[in-house]
Amino acid sequence: MASVSPARRALAHAPWSAAAWRDTAFVASGVPLQVAAWAILTVPWMVWVPTRVTPVLVLTSASAVLVLLALRPLTSWQRERCWAMLGLDVPRMPAFDDGRPWDALRDLRSPELWRVLRYHLVVGPLIALGGIAVIAAWAAGLACAASATFVWALPPSSALNSKPAAVLTGAGVLLVIAAPWAAAAVRRGDARAAAALLGPDRARELERRVEDLAEKRASVVDAADLERRRIERDLHDGAQQRLVSLALNLGLARETLTGVPDAAMRVIVEAHEEAKEALAELRGLIRGLHPAVLEDRGLDAALSGVAARVPLPVRLRVEVEPRASSTVEAVAYFVVSEALTNVVRHARASAVDIVVTRRGDVLHVVVTDDGRGGADPAGGTGLTGLARRVLSVDGAFRITSPAGGPTTVTVELPCAL
Amino acid sequence: MRVVIAEDSVLLRAGLTKLLETSGFEVAAAAGDAEELLAAVREHRPDAAIVDVRMPPGFTDEGVRAALVMRREAPDVAVLLLSQYVEERYAADLLSSSTSGIGYLLKDRVADVSAFLDALRRVIAGGTALDPEVVAQLLLRRGSDPLGRLTPREREVLSLMAEGRSNAGIAAALVVSESAVAKHINNIFAKLDLPHAEGDHRRVLAVLRFLDGGT
Repeated sequence: MASVSPARRALAHAPWSAAAWRDTAFVASGVPLQVAAWAILTVPWMVWVPTRVTPVLVLTSASAVLVLLALRPLTSWQRERCWAMLGLDVPRMPAFDDGRPWDALRDLRSPELWRVLRYHLVVGPLIALGGIAVIAAWAAGLACAASATFVWALPPSSALNSKPAAVLTGAGVLLVIAAPWAAAAVRRGDARAAAALLGPDRARELERRVEDLAEKRASVVDAADLERRRIERDLHDGAQQRLVSLALNLGLARETLTGVPDAAMRVIVEAHEEAKEALAELRGLIRGLHPAVLEDRGLDAALSGVAARVPLPVRLRVEVEPRASSTVEAVAYFVVSEALTNVVRHARASAVDIVVTRRGDVLHVVVTDDGRGGADPAGGTGLTGLARRVLSVDGAFRITSPAGGPTTVTVELPCAL
Repeated sequence: MRVVIAEDSVLLRAGLTKLLETSGFEVAAAAGDAEELLAAVREHRPDAAIVDVRMPPGFTDEGVRAALVMRREAPDVAVLLLSQYVEERYAADLLSSSTSGIGYLLKDRVADVSAFLDALRRVIAGGTALDPEVVAQLLLRRGSDPLGRLTPREREVLSLMAEGRSNAGIAAALVVSESAVAKHINNIFAKLDLPHAEGDHRRVLAVLRFLDGGT
């Protein structure tokens, strides 16, 4: 745009240019829409001026209600106008545009309503004044410019002489040249006002979106948690009971069958041992999902079960009063059990220290081992899964693990979700 | 000996009934939830009740709560709780009322038929049968303080004692002589400042009181 010469710019706004006509048409078409709200408020008073209080109140509130009802069609016509004549897209505002027309009356505190109202009652009418000025400039300019022709057509003896006519014509030509510039200015102002007041407020829109996403994520996290509990229940009621029953029957066979060939007995013994191992494995798996005792007695009780299964000396301190939300408890439980699994698998530690405390609304989980260190969150899937699950509830995850140890996993979780 | 079973899984209820009946027990009743269990105990006054911890309607600790009611209503009925997972907290609840005629085992243990029947008989005789996993959790809860003074072997012996085993049982489990076990036990009592006591049961009581009192 900077390279456009003044001559080109002047030509672009020449009275005969397409831009001049487009701007003028746009500005002129805006006027009736922009004064409509004021018209609704004022016209009744021109027709009838009541003198008693009640009719005044009735008339005032009736016209106010009418304005509110008119806001939505007026706004959508304005948007249509911007799109059809300028190609300017003023997006709809779902909070304002959706629903029934009388919803505007219900939510008078909605910021969208007040922005729209500002356009239709304040900014719009001012722009309409500009628009009227543009129309006047065109009309007066053309009329004056034409006056010279008019004077020239009259006989020389007439009262009008050519000197004032020349001045009038000059002024008219100037007005006609100026009118497109004025139209462009009013058009720019109107477009900006429409975008700012009739379209969605970006900051607010983002805020709403963040709220919406946070809500959705919380429900996804809760659903995942619920699903884990359901799987735990299903395994507990199904596979686990069947396996116990199978192991019981094999045990019974092993103890009571007599006169069985040695080879057959060996098979029974092997099957029995394997069934017991499968049970132990399944138990470990299910407990990792979501232990029933967690819901029932809380973190402290659930964690002592996990800690006792670790083949290392474990120091456990849990002080969580009052209890955190069940989803957060499940995450904290998962963090500790996953961290312990990692310690057992990789750390070559001789002792582990677990501290879970609640400070205000934050649950702190710290797992420290005296192993060889060098744990890398990028390396193992265990730590990545752990970090991901912590992030899913807006928690913070930190690990310090210098080569040679010790390794400390620190997790902070919001107690309520 | 007469036994009442409370277990919501039909499959396991049948399995347990078969196991007990082939081993010379009489199954007086088989209940599906805590209410039925309490009613059956009131009606039949069995020697023991074998109770699943997780039962309808809540599927959490119904069995533990029913066991506590039974301890009050019918203290002479031994209770053997079975669960897919053992929890130190439930054990602490159970042991807080009394420590005789109580057992708490992982459900897996029923597969080791003779060990399971031993535990049941021990409980009926007024003894204790705690799962090694519960004992491990209780030991963890006790903290490392005085237990830190025990050697690993002495810890093993203490765990086995807490499970309710006799000296002979411990000796067999650790593949050592009974006199060696007796020596370990004396060392443990000395290190934990426990008075000498006669008999298995009082010994277990002492251990449990020690474990319990520290939490």
